[in-house]
Parts: sequence; structure tokens; C-alpha cells
Amino acid sequence: MAVAKRSFDAVVVGAGGAGLRAALQLSEAGLSVAVLSKVFPTRSHTVAAQGGIGAALGNMGEDSWLWHMYDTVKGSDWLGDQDAIEFMVREAPKLVYELEHFGMPFDRNENGTVYQRPFGGHSQNFGERPVQRSCCAADRTGHAMLHTLYQRNVRARTQFFVEWMALDLISDASGQVLGVTALEMETGEVMILHARATLFATGGAGRIFSSTTNAFICTGDGLGMAARAGIPLEDMEFWQFHPTGVAGAGVLITEGVRGEGGYLLNKAGERFMERYAPNLKDLASRDVVSRAMATEIKEGRGAGPHGDYLLLKLDHLGPEVIEKRLPGIREIAKKFADVDPVKDPIPVVPTVHYMMGGIPTNYRGEVVVPRGSDAEATVPGFYAAGECACASVHGANRLGTNSLTDLLVFGKAAADSIVRFLQENPERKDLPKDAAERTRARLARLDGQKNGESVAEVGMEIRRTMQAHCGVFRFPDMLAKGVKKIREIADRATRTQVKDKSRVFNTARIEALELDNLVDSARASMVSAEARKESRGAHDRADHQARDDANWLKHTLWYKDGDRLEYKPVHMKPLTARTIEPKVRTY
Amino acid sequence: MRFRIFRYDPDKDEKPAMRDYDVALDPHDRMLLDALVRIKEQDDSLSLRRSCREGVCGSDAMNINGKNGLACITKLSDLKEPVELRPLPGLPVIRDLIVDMTQFFKQYHSIKPYLINEDPPPEKERLQSPEEREELDGLYECILCACCSTSCPSFWWNPDKFVGPAGLLQAYRFIADSRDQATAARLDDLEDPYRLFRCHTIMNCVDACPKNLNPTRAIGKIKELMVKRSV
Repeated sequence: MAVAKRSFDAVVVGAGGAGLRAALQLSEAGLSVAVLSKVFPTRSHTVAAQGGIGAALGNMGEDSWLWHMYDTVKGSDWLGDQDAIEFMVREAPKLVYELEHFGMPFDRNENGTVYQRPFGGHSQNFGERPVQRSCCAADRTGHAMLHTLYQRNVRARTQFFVEWMALDLISDASGQVLGVTALEMETGEVMILHARATLFATGGAGRIFSSTTNAFICTGDGLGMAARAGIPLEDMEFWQFHPTGVAGAGVLITEGVRGEGGYLLNKAGERFMERYAPNLKDLASRDVVSRAMATEIKEGRGAGPHGDYLLLKLDHLGPEVIEKRLPGIREIAKKFADVDPVKDPIPVVPTVHYMMGGIPTNYRGEVVVPRGSDAEATVPGFYAAGECACASVHGANRLGTNSLTDLLVFGKAAADSIVRFLQENPERKDLPKDAAERTRARLARLDGQKNGESVAEVGMEIRRTMQAHCGVFRFPDMLAKGVKKIREIADRATRTQVKDKSRVFNTARIEALELDNLVDSARASMVSAEARKESRGAHDRADHQARDDANWLKHTLWYKDGDRLEYKPVHMKPLTARTIEPKVRTY
Repeated sequence: MRFRIFRYDPDKDEKPAMRDYDVALDPHDRMLLDALVRIKEQDDSLSLRRSCREGVCGSDAMNINGKNGLACITKLSDLKEPVELRPLPGLPVIRDLIVDMTQFFKQYHSIKPYLINEDPPPEKERLQSPEEREELDGLYECILCACCSTSCPSFWWNPDKFVGPAGLLQAYRFIADSRDQATAARLDDLEDPYRLFRCHTIMNCVDACPKNLNPTRAIGKIKELMVKRSV
């Protein structure tokens, strides 16, 4: 297989919020940049974010980055790295203002400032009362942000490779990353993109679960590429179940509904969150609300003919507020639940939404791995930002609105690191001779496979297994069985077959290549979850109900090779602030 | 449920053909996209774009029983059988239901789809009143699915010269933004027999938009502004 090659200063894989914010920084620095995306940039999954961007602007009342930091640390159940969290919350206001200057159509207050709404887990004065911190554009904040960032990149003449799928990471014998191999979907051609710096902004892997708010494209591509290249994945046991996915359909209903005053009811019409979180009630952290909902359903208080969902009531907000602040939700409820929320409550269930784990990085967006006595040695030339990365600012549970904040802050930070790295390392290292070997072998196996299994069938097995064995509540026997099953599925995935042999826009082949990434993401999640013998944030184990700081205040690192696990310490020391010491977490 | 789907693979087919499918649906299959995913499980060679499956990414626009729309928010129960699916009209077909959108995006890019404001940015946000912000409603929500432009006869005849409803809607989105300073230049750019004035208010775009936006009204507003500045 002769493989064509192109060279760039930097390659950015993924054109969602993090990829586009980074690309903008790199383009404006005058570097030659290639931005690869499986889909046209504005179709990236950031587009589906609804509720807002967390930043302590203080437009609605007093706010402080220290409070935002406290909320994020507490939300993370103390697994978040406090240096990265301080960095994020202090950068956030600047980047929101910048986005506004780029043209983002934020909602406004009477005095012309950006409107901010309350959101789960965000509070004033270290947990005292809810604060309005979420900067939003109705309930289409992700759409508005992604389009604004794309538009700004059009202005900066960023070079996009649209509908190109990155397949494998290229690194040399020293471990330095030198680019990726990629497939042009329209022609089926494979190319080497040789780069002095490579940034992954590939998003999450929510498609390893059957009930998910995530788009079809969220297949953990960056995770698979990193894992195959020997890079560990961090904290993959922590998966956020969003409390309000439309029952049956999985489509997201923003927490902004509760931020604007909506609340959850069980079948008796009881506002049950008052029992689970007396202070913040429906605006407690997502893990807390999702667990409460799952408990209500388990104990027979679910609504509907099968008692398998709960009700999100918002009709009391009135048609004006709903039309002004939550128009997209009304549209979704009508289409996917046959309910007009102006009159009737929306049937909702906890639904997989966000991956707290990912490729390990520091707060500069540099990928870090253990090497010798150094738990966090940087991998030269390799960067990650956004959902695919684990900085870790979200720890064991992410607060609503902090994902968009993360994309902006770490997209920019990673790009700044790349600019510095390229200045300090002006020479271009040669590609190894076998640069495309891993990709060649994968494609040759797939194209030559006889009597193989269907990709759809194996994909379904992954989703069923993750859903049944690694859900809101986790049980030791189910996890152990889950590990066994996922390993069997991983084996089956090496024998998948694609009937479609066309070179042109062969989406069957794309799905087969994505399956490799789904398998690695699922394996990392199940193995890491089985090993963590405590309950923390989104990871809730029946046999170890309490958080165990003495033994488990540490990050998991999963290596694909032999499903090996290592652990590394949590950064308890912020950059300048005082450490927020672990304590009991109540809302 | 029965479907007739446009099939064309340039790698092996001499010309396109309609292929019939009869697919058993699950009670949970609600939208057209659910059915297409099922068909693809049987016949993995069927090619289409899809991503968010909730009508916000704009990937799965296609011609459904003669009308442009998004497969993911088109209810199966609303469709007459056999459901006839074709690629969006007026753009070159790459394969099956996938069209080449180069020309569409070229027109979008041609209107300078970004805020132009040469003043040094303030330390905080630029102020904008809620009323000024409301001017952007019905404009910024566009998902660039191309349902409108590819339903427009003027765009079919002159895709290289006529900006098309999607591009013009976005042109007006920036004209209408109180923070944008380039209105005059934007109007100059559009004052052309083709770029704007190929719109003959046929209004197919309004009918086709899956987000209920109204490009014709935006085009009318641009024309009004042109008249206003010429008197």
C-alpha cells in the first residue's frame, strides 16, 4: 500500500468546540494547520449542547471563580485535579467574553450584559444557595458556540479536511508523536499527515451505551488511537448519566429546564428531590439526581404504564418563559415524546451523556504518561483537549456547563502549548519507516476478512453489555461478568466483515473502523470500573457504598496491553488558591 | 414498512436506480432515520450521512416523498408508503443519499459569515439590549442542512452565482446584529443581479426548512435595506 504524505506544523483531529478553538489559535499564530473531521465542523457533537457555559461573570449577582472552583471540586467528588480546575475557572470569563466578541448570540439582560441561568451544583458562597453562572443562548448554546467558532475559523482561513477520519497515531521509537494516518471518506484513500504537533479533540465515546444522548459519531476515536499506540486512558469508569434524557429516545433535555424552575415528579406527583438533596433539590449534581431517579424507579415510584420513567414538569414556567428560554426543548418534547411541555410534563430517564475520563493531560493540554519515577511525563508532540481528554477537571462527576467551559479553556491552552513547543523545537523529525503499518494491517484484515460477523451485531453487543453491566448502579458480580463479556466481544471485533467493497464513501467500512475504537473505550471503562472498590461521583458500587479516600483518592490509568491498570495521585494543590479538603458531599 | 431508495455507487454502477426495501420495524422505531439504520443493518452498502439524530447537526437532509427534510425528525407514521428517498436535488451525487455540498458551503462562505467589528474589543462583553438580541432569533438557528437551498429553483439554475436562501439568511443574521459594523459592505456585496436578486419569492425554502426558519422574510429585509439606502 503506497501511502501519500502531507506535512503540516500541526494537525488537529476533531472540529468540535475544542478542536475549533485550538485551530483558531494555531491559524492566527500563522502556523500551517490541518483540521480533520469525520463530519462538516458544524455537525460535531458540541452542536447538541443546550444549557450554557459556566463562567463566574457575576452578571446576575455576586459570583467568584473561587466559588466556581469549590463547586467543581465538590462536583468531581474530589477526584478532579485542583490545579487544572483553578486554571479552568479563572480562564473561563475571559474566554466567554472573547466568544461574545466573536459574535456569539448570547441571551441578554436589560442592561445589555450576557444573561446567566442557574445550573446544577453551581452555588454562591461555597454551597450556600444556587447561583446564576451559566452563560447561554436560549437552549441552543452549543449550536451557537460551535457555529460562532466555525465562523471565526472561516475568517482566519483555517484549512479543514472535511469528512476525513483519522485512523492511527504515528510515533517514533522515542515515543514522540509525529501525526496520524487518515482516510478520506469520499475517495477511500489513506494518507499520512505528518505533523510537528498533533492535537486530539475527538470527543467522547457515549455510543458504547445503548441509551445515550450522544450522536452517532461519538465513537471514542481518539481513545482508540491513543490506546493502540500504548497511551493509557484515565478514569474511564466515570460515565455521567444525565438525569433528563427523553424516555425511550435518549435525546437530551437540558438541565437548564430545572435551572429555569422546572422540577422532577414521581408517579405520586411528589417532588422527590427534596428528600435526596434538601438544599439544592433538583439542582443537585447530576450523579446525585440520576441516582435518586434510578432509586425512585427501582422502588416502584416511576411513572408511566411500566413505571420506568419520571416526569419533568415545567408548565408552571408559563408559555412565555418556555418560548424565550427553552424553545428547543419544546420542539424536542413534541417530536420525541408527543408532549407539549407548555401543558404536560416530559417523560425522562437518566441517560448516558458524558465521559469524565479520557487521554491523560495536564492543564496545559499536554498528554502525560508515567515514565520511570515521573507519573506525568509529557509525550512530545501530543496534545488532547475537550471530552476526549482527562485534565482532569471533572473528576468523578462533571457539573453541567463545565463541558463547554472545558472545550474553550483547554482548546486554547493546548494550542498555546503547541505554539510554544514548535518555537522551542523548530526541526521536523522524520517519520518512522513503518508509519502507516498499523493502519495498513487494520485495513488489510478488514478487506480480506471471510465469514466474519456483522459490525452492527458486534456494536449492539457492546452497547447491551455496557448498559446492563456498567450502569447507574454497579454490582461486583455484574462488573466481573461484564469484563469477561467485553473481552469476548473485543475478540469478536477482530473478525468483523464488511460486505460493501466500494471505495466511494463507504460508511460500512467507516463503522467497522469506528468499532475498534468503541471496543477499546468499552474495555477501558468496564475494566477500570470493576477494579475501583468504592463509590465516588458517577461510579456507584453496591458492595462499597462509601467514598474511600484512604485507598481510592487516585486516578485510574488503563493500558490496552493486557488490560493493565496503574494509578496516579490526584493533584490536591491548586495553582494559587488553598486546597479544598475532601469532606462529605451533600447538596 | 416499504421504501424505495435512490442508489448509486460510482465505483460499480453505470447509472442510478431506485431499489425497493421492505423492512420490519421495531415499535421503538419512530423516525425515518431509525428505519434507515435498520435497512443499513440488512444492506451495509446503503450510504447516508447522519449524526446527532435530533435535528440539530443538519447531516441527514434528503428528499423524502418529494419534499426536503431531515430523516431524524421525520416521523415514520406521517409518511406514505412506499417511502421514496432521494438525495437532495440540484447538487452532484457522490453516492446514494450523499451529495457534494461544496457549492452550498462556497455560497455560505461568500457572505463573510462572521461578525465584523473593527473596534478594539472591550474588557468585558459588548453590550446588546434584549430587543437587539431578539433581532437574531429566527436567523442564528440555521443548521446548514441545505434543505432550503436545494429546494429553490433559482439555486438549481445558478448554484455558482445565486447565494441561495441559506446563505442569504446568514447574510441577514450579521446585518441584523447590532454589533456588526459591515452592513454597507454586506449590502454592496449582495447588490448584484444574481447574488440576491435571483430570489423570486417562490418560498420553497420556507416550506422546506426543518427548523421553521424563514429565509424569504430575511431576503425581503435585505431588499428593504437596499431600497432605503438608495433613496
